[in-house]
Amino acid sequence: MKKLEVSAIEEGTVIDQIANKSTFKVANILNIQKIEQVVLIGFNLSSKKLGKKGIIKIGGKLLTQEEVNKISLIAPDATVNIIKGSEVVKKFTVDIPDSIEEFMKCFNPNCVSNHQKILSRFHVINKNPIRIRCHYCERHMCVDDIELV
Amino acid sequence: MSLKDKDIISILDFTKEEILYILEISGKMEKEDRHGILSGKILANLFFEPSTRTRLSFEAAMKRLGGEVIGFDDLGTTSTVKGESLRDSVKIIEGYCDIIVLRHFLEGASRLTADSVNIPVINAGDGASQHPTQTFVDLYTIQKSKGEIENLSIGFLGDLKYGRTAHSLAYALAHFNADMYFISPPSLRMPKDYLEELELKKVSFQEVNSISEVSDKLDILYCTRIQKERFAEPVEYEKVRGLYKLSKSVMDELNVKDGLKILHPLPRVDEMDESLDSTEYAVYFQQAHSGVPVREALLASVLGVIQ
Ligand SMILES: [Zn+2]
Repeated sequence: MKKLEVSAIEEGTVIDQIANKSTFKVANILNIQKIEQVVLIGFNLSSKKLGKKGIIKIGGKLLTQEEVNKISLIAPDATVNIIKGSEVVKKFTVDIPDSIEEFMKCFNPNCVSNHQKILSRFHVINKNPIRIRCHYCERHMCVDDIELV
Repeated sequence: MSLKDKDIISILDFTKEEILYILEISGKMEKEDRHGILSGKILANLFFEPSTRTRLSFEAAMKRLGGEVIGFDDLGTTSTVKGESLRDSVKIIEGYCDIIVLRHFLEGASRLTADSVNIPVINAGDGASQHPTQTFVDLYTIQKSKGEIENLSIGFLGDLKYGRTAHSLAYALAHFNADMYFISPPSLRMPKDYLEELELKKVSFQEVNSISEVSDKLDILYCTRIQKERFAEPVEYEKVRGLYKLSKSVMDELNVKDGLKILHPLPRVDEMDESLDSTEYAVYFQQAHSGVPVREALLASVLGVIQ
């Protein structure tokens, strides 16, 4: 097993290759302050692929599909490693979904989704770079416009 | 082809074949008297924001085909002021009619309506985003005046930042191998969203500051209203006003391609001089009159009486 820069956990999930600036956003999405097991956050780590990267290790937690979807939007290069008995038993990259519901806010202040009690809805029209179109107002959003709720 | 029960919300929802089909039916509506084909049908014109001309053209289209019209055009008389959600309002009105035409001040309101009811919904303009029926009118006028829509060079002139009719028309023309020229002052350029979408569709386009740079290439010049208030500095407006104010003498000085036609969604303010009206370039009044047959075609198609 490859030696990791941040000390290892025995059971849980390691999210690696997080775009450095998105590290704390990912931590927020995962609600780490509510997790009772070990959480390790690495930041400004060197990465061949990204220059600088972040890593988050969470003891005892498996990500839900919704959490993976959210991470994919703000850290599309991230990889998820499932750890059991200190070994990586499963490794996958996050995949941007084709449509997004509920957890994102449209950045257009005049969009109907920001004025009525409805769930927001978006269509991913391009994955690299990310371009998301609001189902209602059709405005486009890129990674910097994304506001998760 | 059948467009029965299809909502008309955004031009992005239409294939090239569907667009051509609507234009074909529009031509039939203009030539033939189809009175009575919508008798017994009721259109609800829900105008949460006033727009007399659009409302009247839907009303005229429905009545010409023998249908009835109900509705409102004043927010003050509706229950929304009492706090009722748009979804509840339209779900109730759905029970009173066969088709809804919606105009709303919020962007995406017509998509929300279409998702909420089981009858067809036509977007008559929501916020700054789409106005698809105007786009069908524009396409119909282009096809009628040039004989075809394929392979044309189209110039879009004026306020391309806020001009939603130019935005939807550019999307529609992406199906027809158009060369597009976006002619505007730098501060009123086409928004990046639209340029990106055109790039994804591999459309050839170019942004320029003045019409003289491209006038010899254009088959169609699509003019939009340009308002002095859109400029941060009045001096900036003074610098460009000559470039964006069309008149017969301006056209005489430009090197233009034979058969150039000028469209404008109207109303105009002062971007097109009346001296242009009697020239062979002007097709904007025909364009305005096409609103009724095109809307007749849309109503009859989505209500399933023409297939
Ligand atoms: Zn929106």
